[in-house]
Amino acid sequence: MQGFPFQPEQASTVAQSVDHLYLFLTALTVFFSTVIFATIFYFMIKYRRRSPGERPRAIEGSLPLEILWTAIPTLIVAVIFIWSSSLYVRNAEPPKGAMELFVTGKQWMWKVQHPEGQREINELHVPLGRPVKLTMTSEDVIHDFFVPAFRVKKDVLPGRYTSMWFEPTKLGTFHLFCAQYCGAFHAGMIGSVIVMEPDEYERWLAGSVPGESPEAAGEKLFLQQGCGTCHIADGSGPGPSLLGVFGNPVKLTTGESVPADDAYMRESILAPRAKIVAGFVPIMPSFQGQLTEEQIGNLIAYLRVLGKSQPPQPKEEGKK
Amino acid sequence: MSTATLEPRVHAPRNYLNADYGWKSWLFTLDHKRIALLYLVSITFFFIVGGSFAVLMRIQLVDPQGAIVQPETYNKLFTLHGVVMIFFFLIPSIPAVLGNFLVPLMVGARDLAFPKLNLLSWYIYIVGGLFTLYSTIAGGVDTGWTFYTPYSSTYSNTQVTAVAVGVFITGFSSILTGLNFIVTIHKMRAPGLTWFRMPLFLWAMYATSIIMVLGTPVLAITIFLLALEHLFHVGIFSPALGGDPLLFQHLFWFYSHPAVYIMILPAMGVVSEIIACFSRKRIFGYKIVAFSSVAIAVLGFLVWGHHMFVTGQSVYAGIIFSLLSFLVAIPSAIKVFNWTATLYKGSISFDAPMLYAMGFIGLFTMGGLTGLFLASLATDVHLNGTYFVVAHFHYIMVGGAVMGYLGGIHFWWPKISGRKYPNGWAALAAAIIFIGFNLTFFPQFVLGYLGMPRRYAFYPAEFQVLNVMSSAGATVLGVGYLIPLIYLFWSMRYGPIAEPNPWGATGLEWQTPSPPPTENFSKIPVVTEEAYAYAEQEAGHE
Repeated sequence: MQGFPFQPEQASTVAQSVDHLYLFLTALTVFFSTVIFATIFYFMIKYRRRSPGERPRAIEGSLPLEILWTAIPTLIVAVIFIWSSSLYVRNAEPPKGAMELFVTGKQWMWKVQHPEGQREINELHVPLGRPVKLTMTSEDVIHDFFVPAFRVKKDVLPGRYTSMWFEPTKLGTFHLFCAQYCGAFHAGMIGSVIVMEPDEYERWLAGSVPGESPEAAGEKLFLQQGCGTCHIADGSGPGPSLLGVFGNPVKLTTGESVPADDAYMRESILAPRAKIVAGFVPIMPSFQGQLTEEQIGNLIAYLRVLGKSQPPQPKEEGKK
Repeated sequence: MSTATLEPRVHAPRNYLNADYGWKSWLFTLDHKRIALLYLVSITFFFIVGGSFAVLMRIQLVDPQGAIVQPETYNKLFTLHGVVMIFFFLIPSIPAVLGNFLVPLMVGARDLAFPKLNLLSWYIYIVGGLFTLYSTIAGGVDTGWTFYTPYSSTYSNTQVTAVAVGVFITGFSSILTGLNFIVTIHKMRAPGLTWFRMPLFLWAMYATSIIMVLGTPVLAITIFLLALEHLFHVGIFSPALGGDPLLFQHLFWFYSHPAVYIMILPAMGVVSEIIACFSRKRIFGYKIVAFSSVAIAVLGFLVWGHHMFVTGQSVYAGIIFSLLSFLVAIPSAIKVFNWTATLYKGSISFDAPMLYAMGFIGLFTMGGLTGLFLASLATDVHLNGTYFVVAHFHYIMVGGAVMGYLGGIHFWWPKISGRKYPNGWAALAAAIIFIGFNLTFFPQFVLGYLGMPRRYAFYPAEFQVLNVMSSAGATVLGVGYLIPLIYLFWSMRYGPIAEPNPWGATGLEWQTPSPPPTENFSKIPVVTEEAYAYAEQEAGHE
């Protein structure tokens, strides 16, 4: 670190816009504190007590002044609110075509799985200039994935998925902190994000242990766990076929339709009776406690592949 | 001093302090003033306990590797620092000490509505405190004062149950205090004391009591559910047991955000009294200042979600909570403007209470303005969970609430103890606390923006300079807090005898001797004028 910095490096596409708002708020803080403190000092000196018996004239108050100093802060906070909320909304959605990584938080380490199957612990290698979307979950308590240089942060929760994204704009190694207290070595749950030139990243991918891709690992699990026994591809089994399911709406016995996304798939594996697909009976056992978060992530990656295939055309379709 | 003639043989006239002697006269007292002193002694004890945890934390953080203790121990230090300071010092501080002492005096009554409940509330507080002290001695607790699940409920092996029981029990003392104040303010005001003649301290106590009565039960329920899951594995918060990990945060902050206003509203009330007295002026825009307390109390219940912007709650929920959080900033700003305007054309003196009140305005303004950074979604994403948050809430809760508390103690000390303290020392202490506070906590704003997360027992070396600055400031702050402890204690024996109204203040509490007799007033006063009638006062009284 050079000299004595007052702001962390700006290394993502959103960092600068967050810093602009931050600077505006800082300027506002300095301005209002100065005005208030200067006024107080001025009054205290100008109207200091000169003789013990002084009885200044009473002043009731002033409605116009009250309206004025209610309206000014209201206007100012309205500006901040609109500015910050629109920035937040703009930063909430990852751009299309983002590279998708799977992150698992665990006391006290970060595990990352790349789409090509590479795994790393407490390190995250990403290419420069490409949006990266993280789907995150925790195997135990709540953690929080925080990269100050990117100005991004999101809690990592057990039992559900959260996601965040960033697009690095600077080469280098940046801090990755856990920002939600998670137990004894919370302070040690830190790692680094390493931003590389895209071709260098390709070389890193090729050079590191390739490992299994999440989809391949998921396919293996699908077989091992016997999922295919019931979820027969042609729709003839006691469970619904999983072809063409992921990413599309699913009709439930309750009549409502829910999108088959990560969270839905996860719930269907761990708590299968929460939402029953129309036309089926709740007979699937729960896999709670039998799969690690990474395995569930892999299974879902495989289900995502299956979701791209054409669904079977069973007889029910004819009823419609 | 008319009562002095009744008992010519003793030096001091009969008052609540010398009315009776012996430990029973204190532990079984129903006098609100004596109960206030019981609280004063107990919360001072807890302040010292909580403060020593802070001292150890600041020593630890001088070295990036952690200077003195293992991470497990550090985690217990910040947890107990938070638990003790919030539940056993800040929340009871002004209400249970100054409120207990002053509410009956200010409304012109002989006691609170329910004196026995009042004593009970102190005993409940002590029992809760003993559980917490027990847990500390039995190994401590490491969940953070926020007890986030599922860490607290199913992962932590520390004394979670004992602390949870302690906090649960103590909550009832706050409920009883709040209930007592609400009834007293409604039903026991002296003839002529209409709502809009009440001192603003009473308005602040009223608003605070509403939060205590409405909010604390939610905390009790939350802690109870936490204990259920921790002890019996009933799945409520832990996803492994079928629970929802974020439900706890919703419930916890539904109480704990308003709890910030339990700490700051009373301080605002104190500051209104002090500024009026030492500028000899009516509070500018009295009604607006009074209503802004109530507005803060009500809006304060609707902003809890701003603690959860990065938990993955929906974007729309985030936007609503952000908007409501900005709204709650407005009544606070209005108060600061009105206090400033009160000084205009006043007759301002610089006695110690006024210096504390000015310190309050300075630190509270900084705390309030930095709150905007956290209410604002885009910047909160970066700042949430960092030292910026630590600095912000210390400016509000220590800079604001503790400054206000000390200002109040200095303002009413002659009334409480019947003695005066050395003003020079008090002014010096106020200055040292103000400077020490800024030296300690200002660097933490920068640390937070640079990205240092809170609750780290060790940290990357690049953050060391700011941490050392903060720790150095903490030594100044510590000295600042010790000085009043010494001279106030000293003054109880050696301080000059205080007259009934040493500051020339308005308000019923100043119309009775210092210290007041057990029954407060020999004759219930009749109020004929508004609060802070400084302009036309004195002529009739002296």
